[in-house]
Amino acid sequence: MTKVGVLGLQGAVREHVQSIEASGAEALIIKRKEQLDEIDGLVLPGGESTTMRRLIDKYDFFDALINFGKSGKPIFGTCAGLILLAKEIVGQDHAHLQLMDMKVERNAFGRQKDSFEAALNIKGIGADFDAVFIRAPYVVEVGDDVEVLASYKGNIVAARQGHYLCSAFHPELTDDLRMVHYFVEMVEQSIKQLASS
Amino acid sequence: MSNLGTDRVKRGMAEMQKGGVIMDVINAEQAKIAEEAGAVAVMALERVPSDIRAAGGVARMADPTIVEEVMNAVSIPVMAKARIGHIVEARVLEAMGVDYIDESEVLTPADEVYHLLKSDYTVPFVCGCRNIGEAARRIGEGASMLRTKGEPGTGNIVEAVRHMREVQTQIRQLIHMSKDEIMTFAKEHGAPYEVLLDIKERGRLPVVNFAAGGVATPADAALMMQLGADGVFVGSGIFKSDNPAKFARAIVEATTHYEDYELIAKVSKGLGTAMKGLEISTIAPEQRMQDRGW
Repeated sequence: MTKVGVLGLQGAVREHVQSIEASGAEALIIKRKEQLDEIDGLVLPGGESTTMRRLIDKYDFFDALINFGKSGKPIFGTCAGLILLAKEIVGQDHAHLQLMDMKVERNAFGRQKDSFEAALNIKGIGADFDAVFIRAPYVVEVGDDVEVLASYKGNIVAARQGHYLCSAFHPELTDDLRMVHYFVEMVEQSIKQLASS
Repeated sequence: MSNLGTDRVKRGMAEMQKGGVIMDVINAEQAKIAEEAGAVAVMALERVPSDIRAAGGVARMADPTIVEEVMNAVSIPVMAKARIGHIVEARVLEAMGVDYIDESEVLTPADEVYHLLKSDYTVPFVCGCRNIGEAARRIGEGASMLRTKGEPGTGNIVEAVRHMREVQTQIRQLIHMSKDEIMTFAKEHGAPYEVLLDIKERGRLPVVNFAAGGVATPADAALMMQLGADGVFVGSGIFKSDNPAKFARAIVEATTHYEDYELIAKVSKGLGTAMKGLEISTIAPEQRMQDRGW
């Protein structure tokens, strides 16, 4: 069975585990870097990106996560996870994993009182996707290799670059499994590709 | 189409805080130390609970200057406390753009009969609970997050443990009840029937439940996580300790890895003296904050 990990340092871990399992894959909560060897794909969940980064450093996850991505295994970052993936962050000197060629802005839609739900059309995934934005970031700029999957009011809120996927919203908070399913399919395809290469 | 302040947006915000530590701070400098240590949010206050307890008198919403200063200092969410039932304090904090309001028994209640109708607000609320009745009533009023009441400002974990165990035990009872038994359970606990049905169907509370009120050490934080807390509020414990930055980091790590005892031992070394703490039986009944709320 396809094994998808959820980085379990902080944040909406349980919700991702449930949506992965509902999408027909096996879900594992990853609390130690050695566990990365056991999985075929990884979700970086929503939470507080500054907190997660601190814990990533503390537990020596940083290089392990980059190597995981560079080995060709898919990573899906939601909200804080999107920030972790970005090459650049507006107003900060240092970004985090820098696996996706994009510039993002934190809390770009405002504070909690500006958090909202909206129906999105997501390329390759479908229409009327109920997207939950919570103190959400958005993508300001993308490189040539990054495909924009969805925008809201002119701001990029979902994108894909090869085996990396990201969303500014939280697909794990609704019963609409299409986006998680899309990621699980990415993982299944990469297993085949990595086996044949 | 866009919807602000929906249940999913308000409850979801608290879901993102899971596994994290929310720290009480009284100024920008402390807020930065908390953020740097890995706090998932800060609670902006004029005085931490142990000082409120010591000072006596009426405790109110913090001076908006302090809340604003903290909001400007950090990028993590900022929470603030309003008095129970104080509609205007809550609306003022909402207007200022705080990310979460704690309708808190740590402050002197403004209303001894009614809590805020929290479903009316765009900003989400966290409330204290000691048992499933209080938990369900607060959810019924629209709270998007719960926490144990514990006994704030004491540095004594015993009340938080009691409240977490009580809620967990009652949830387990509820899950195994037949629907016809639930109405009587609702009557006995003063809990809204519909909320109880929702808890039964989910097999858990519909909102996260953090630990609060007496967490003074990394081991206390890990204990509460093991008892089923989704995360931890630390009030007086951190900035009343000898080395707040170190202490804050240790609490964050113990909360993340609450079952890793070697790690908890490691981070607990050389933290200096924790806050002195109070034996609950020495607190006069009218000074017990946990009895506030209805």
